[in-house]
Amino acid sequence: MILYSQPWYKQKATNMTLSLSDIKRVAKLARIEINEMEAQQNLAQLSGIFNLIEQMQAVDTRGIQPMSHSRDMVQRLREDEITESDQHTLFQSIAPQVEDGYYLVPKVIE
Amino acid sequence: MLNASLRQLSLLLSEKKISSTELTHEFLTRIKVLNPDLNAFITTDEEKSLNQARLADEMIATGRSTPLTGIPVAQKDIFCATGWLTTCGSKMLSNFVSPYDATVVARLDRAGMVNLGKTNMDEFAMGSSNETSHYGPVKNPWDRRAVPGGSSGGSACAVAARLAPAATGSDTGGSIRQPAALCGISGIKPTYGLVSRYGMIAFASSLDQGGPMAKSAEDLSILLNAMVGFDERDSTSLQREKEDYTRDLEKPAGGLRIGLPREFFAEGMSSDVSSAVDAALAEYRKLGATFVEVSLPNSRLAVPVYYVLAPAEASSNLSRFDGVRYGYRAAQYDNLEELYAKTRAEGFGEEVKRRILIGTYVLSHGYYDAYYLQAQKLRRLIAEDFTKAFEQCDLIMGPTSPTVAFNIGEKCGDPIQMYLSDIYTSAASLAGLPGMSIPIGFGNQNRPVGLHIIGNYFREAHMLNVAHRYQQVTDWHKLTPPESGN
Repeated sequence: MILYSQPWYKQKATNMTLSLSDIKRVAKLARIEINEMEAQQNLAQLSGIFNLIEQMQAVDTRGIQPMSHSRDMVQRLREDEITESDQHTLFQSIAPQVEDGYYLVPKVIE
Repeated sequence: MLNASLRQLSLLLSEKKISSTELTHEFLTRIKVLNPDLNAFITTDEEKSLNQARLADEMIATGRSTPLTGIPVAQKDIFCATGWLTTCGSKMLSNFVSPYDATVVARLDRAGMVNLGKTNMDEFAMGSSNETSHYGPVKNPWDRRAVPGGSSGGSACAVAARLAPAATGSDTGGSIRQPAALCGISGIKPTYGLVSRYGMIAFASSLDQGGPMAKSAEDLSILLNAMVGFDERDSTSLQREKEDYTRDLEKPAGGLRIGLPREFFAEGMSSDVSSAVDAALAEYRKLGATFVEVSLPNSRLAVPVYYVLAPAEASSNLSRFDGVRYGYRAAQYDNLEELYAKTRAEGFGEEVKRRILIGTYVLSHGYYDAYYLQAQKLRRLIAEDFTKAFEQCDLIMGPTSPTVAFNIGEKCGDPIQMYLSDIYTSAASLAGLPGMSIPIGFGNQNRPVGLHIIGNYFREAHMLNVAHRYQQVTDWHKLTPPESGN
């Protein structure tokens, strides 16, 4: 968990001018290929959405505990026991490419 | 038969005046006739449904039936069902035949319900109009030029058009309540954690909650009895004593204190919706309820907060769709990196990609505190507003949606306008509170209006009682849309 590293008013001023390179960087992080035209479209729409999101900055939230979960619940623990049976054949029957019980992907190490 | 309540159907079945096979056949035939235009279902499978119906008939014949045995139900395509194509409205899962059951599906199967098919929805439940579905838009049966709402648009349409006696839905920011309102049916999103999320394809895990959609509050209470229950396979499932949600249905509504949030009755609500809500509140006054003005000052930030938190969680949840283990895989790629990027570029639609990008951005280095953490803090303030309001009232009421159903295509190019459809529903979602919508009349162009009822945690039985009292003295929930479109 990241504790409040900085009070809200000292936080890096969010510069709401998203750039085309921001969009491309985020798409890369998200592993979604986008072309120039899609990047442009996303830039326009995301800029509008972030203007809406920016309304959040108007509220002073110093001292407020972040709420990650609606019921503030504690993670339930269980005994470390085997509860499921091996169903890999069934589950791999719907995979795009399988061989000898392994999922196949393009070679990653030459 | 089409307009019968679940209790009436159950009685007909147990008295053997009709068999589940006949009932299922009747609805399947209706789907065949009306679905090509309405597009409420993505998948039907006559053989599977009729097999289940035969099993239900055996259960009834051997005295093993529950109040739901033999009654057909439409399953939102977000719920995995063994052997059923489960697409979640996406091309990404266009070939995904689920090898397992969602807990909701398993519970309804066990109760003897018959799965009529999988209903259309916004892709990965991201949308408020059902227009982001890879399988085409769903039409609103009251006016086929209009959207049914979303994301559970197919389920809402199916119940409204009497293609199914009941349906399942899921609600992350309003996805049961808003389509229920726009299609003139009843729907409830229970307290977060009551209905298992296991096998319900994840969108935003801290908000996602399954629930029933049906013609009346009474029907919802019977369905909720079967859907709610602890599930060790859902890490946030609540361990609570079993409740009978029908127990308070007949209690009088006298003495009820209804909270009216100032912020929900401010500008933004269209005048036709406002008149219908006023008329519904007048009905409650006649039933003996009193009104108290409450304030939810932070609820105005619910939409921005929601559109940080939900995309953030979605960007993480949807990383599992990578073309390796199941679902769609791009045809052309030269390396692993390309396999991922092209699969996701081709498999996801525009809105889903947009939300993944928003989520990735708000979680990325340098922006986490300003967006994600700030949104989580505001989430607490939004939840605390409700806690304070419930010190003054038993329930909160207001409009479910600021307008009646809009036209198909009307808001497609404008995501922000679309997001504002959730303005009244997302605050309760962020707080994890139960919320429901019931039909209360018609607005512009004779399109349905819904009343939003928000209760305190675990007050579902009371909310259903309050909704049921209204439905005892009005008949909006009994009206049916025109058969042939307009």
